[in-house]
Amino acid sequence: MAVAEAIAPPRSNSRRVVRRVFRNPLALTGLAVLAIAVILAVFANWLAPHEPTQTNLGNAFAPPGTAGYLLGTDDLGRDVLSRIMFGLRASLHVGILAVAFSLVIGVPLGLIAGYFRTVDALISRLTDLVLAFPFLILAVGLAAIRGASLGNAAIAIGIAQIPGMIRIVRSETLRLKSLDFVAAAVVEGASDAWVLGRHILPNAGSAVIVQATVGIPAAILGEAVLSFLGLGIQPPAPSLGTMLADAQQFASKAPWAAVMPGVAIMLLTLAFNIVGDSLRDALDPKASRR
Amino acid sequence: MRRYLLNRLWQSVVTLVLATIVVFVGVRALPGDPALALAGEDRDPESLRAIRQQYGLDQSWLVQFWQFISHAARGDLGESIRTGTPVRSMIFSALPVTIELSVLAILIAGVIGVGAGVVAAVRRGGPAEWAANALALLGLSVPHFWLGLMAILYLSVALGLFPASGFVPFFTNPVDNLHHLILPALILGTGLAAVIMRQTRSSMLDALSADYIRTAEAKGLPPKAVIGKHALRNSLIVVVTIVGLQLGALISGAVVTERIFALPGFGKLTVDAVFQRDYPVIQAVVLVTATAYIVINLLVDLLYSVIDPRIRVRGEA
Repeated sequence: MAVAEAIAPPRSNSRRVVRRVFRNPLALTGLAVLAIAVILAVFANWLAPHEPTQTNLGNAFAPPGTAGYLLGTDDLGRDVLSRIMFGLRASLHVGILAVAFSLVIGVPLGLIAGYFRTVDALISRLTDLVLAFPFLILAVGLAAIRGASLGNAAIAIGIAQIPGMIRIVRSETLRLKSLDFVAAAVVEGASDAWVLGRHILPNAGSAVIVQATVGIPAAILGEAVLSFLGLGIQPPAPSLGTMLADAQQFASKAPWAAVMPGVAIMLLTLAFNIVGDSLRDALDPKASRR
Repeated sequence: MRRYLLNRLWQSVVTLVLATIVVFVGVRALPGDPALALAGEDRDPESLRAIRQQYGLDQSWLVQFWQFISHAARGDLGESIRTGTPVRSMIFSALPVTIELSVLAILIAGVIGVGAGVVAAVRRGGPAEWAANALALLGLSVPHFWLGLMAILYLSVALGLFPASGFVPFFTNPVDNLHHLILPALILGTGLAAVIMRQTRSSMLDALSADYIRTAEAKGLPPKAVIGKHALRNSLIVVVTIVGLQLGALISGAVVTERIFALPGFGKLTVDAVFQRDYPVIQAVVLVTATAYIVINLLVDLLYSVIDPRIRVRGEA
């Protein structure tokens, strides 16, 4: 495989990419917010001042700043801050699970569709089929068939993200396949599996990473929507979406219970989008000139 | 061109047939016996059998599927097993609400998105670009249903600027109708506006450095004429493309928006039907959504090739 290795395009140097991201103050802020969110979510058991499901009717609708309740309490006297911490955990959980699901199914299908022309049409039709069912319709159907839960919400969101993943990987595969170094590897007698695994997948990596980074905030927003509609995480387990659904009932009495979880979702997705944008710019020298 | 059209049409038909099969099988996989639900209190075997017979539930799946598509092709989508109302009339009364909401959202998103995108590209490096980029990032990151809640809480309830919920048909009172829909449409359009803004900005930046623009400038055409003429044509392509790509997100968004603002549209019909296990309604709603998605995407592709001659040429090759 000597010729193929010698003429392969240089891959983006990961150390240079990291340096570029770290030199961007906006990206650093985003990373910091993400780090805080992950710490709050992972160590919620120790960091949360109260049990997230512990009710205390005598202390309902306590405004933010009440001693021991930094962000106030809801209609059942539950601590909003503690519930947000556990809600962040659920959001990150669904976000990562959904994107992992779309990676496991979308990447191989995208490689196959781009590399073998015979199955391309079949996979493309299946992609169109999934796209014809908007995310929410898909999730509504799945929740009706399999019941509403965190796992099923993640699967529905993951399925909805598969077409995007397939299309990205397929177009990268088509592009790479036409380059000389892949032709050289084929001439040298490399098997299809070797070419896909050794030459195409690693070079398509940066596009996959960018797509995954965009997918996580989308999945987090999706989980919030599903839980808000009652199709995701089931009460009393805290989720940022169910918190908003509850708070809608008493929003004019305790606006903080409706404002805070939304701000938490927004900061989380905003941080992911900022990091995703700067990662894309750092990986693609052409984009960073813009 | 004709080959491209026929190929594209054929793909749509295949997808539509597959979608119909998925809907039919999916609805049958729902837990819960619809005959039991229909019978209510009266659960003796005799009346259950009568109900199964009346709704064709005693037939084989294959027969049921044939009946389903042959009826659907004639526009007969069955009756709600909850209320007995023909599903077609339920859809006809819900659809105009959702269509008006979506069209308004697309208009608002197009105006805001293209405007902000052009400003960001022309005023490159200035505070205007910074503000437009920040707004786009926010528009992509904010949960829209939460934005809707905040708008109701602060604009409708506290300030009384807009009605918090409800709907008035356009032909009953157009002004009242718009007053009810403008806030939901604005909320639904924010995400779309952000995507359109980013795409407009990037294609404007490409265009501004293109040779023919430099030629036009060198000829002495005023910058306003150059940008105006180019921006208009180009941004039309951008908006059409993005609406096609974001159609699924728009439909999902409409469901949630209708739920928050209590609009009697397609989204409410969908969610209610699932919670009530109303088979014929779920079946019809999902089928209509998938069909609409496929048909609109086909139209977008055709429109796209009309606006952008480059696509036509590529299609022929």
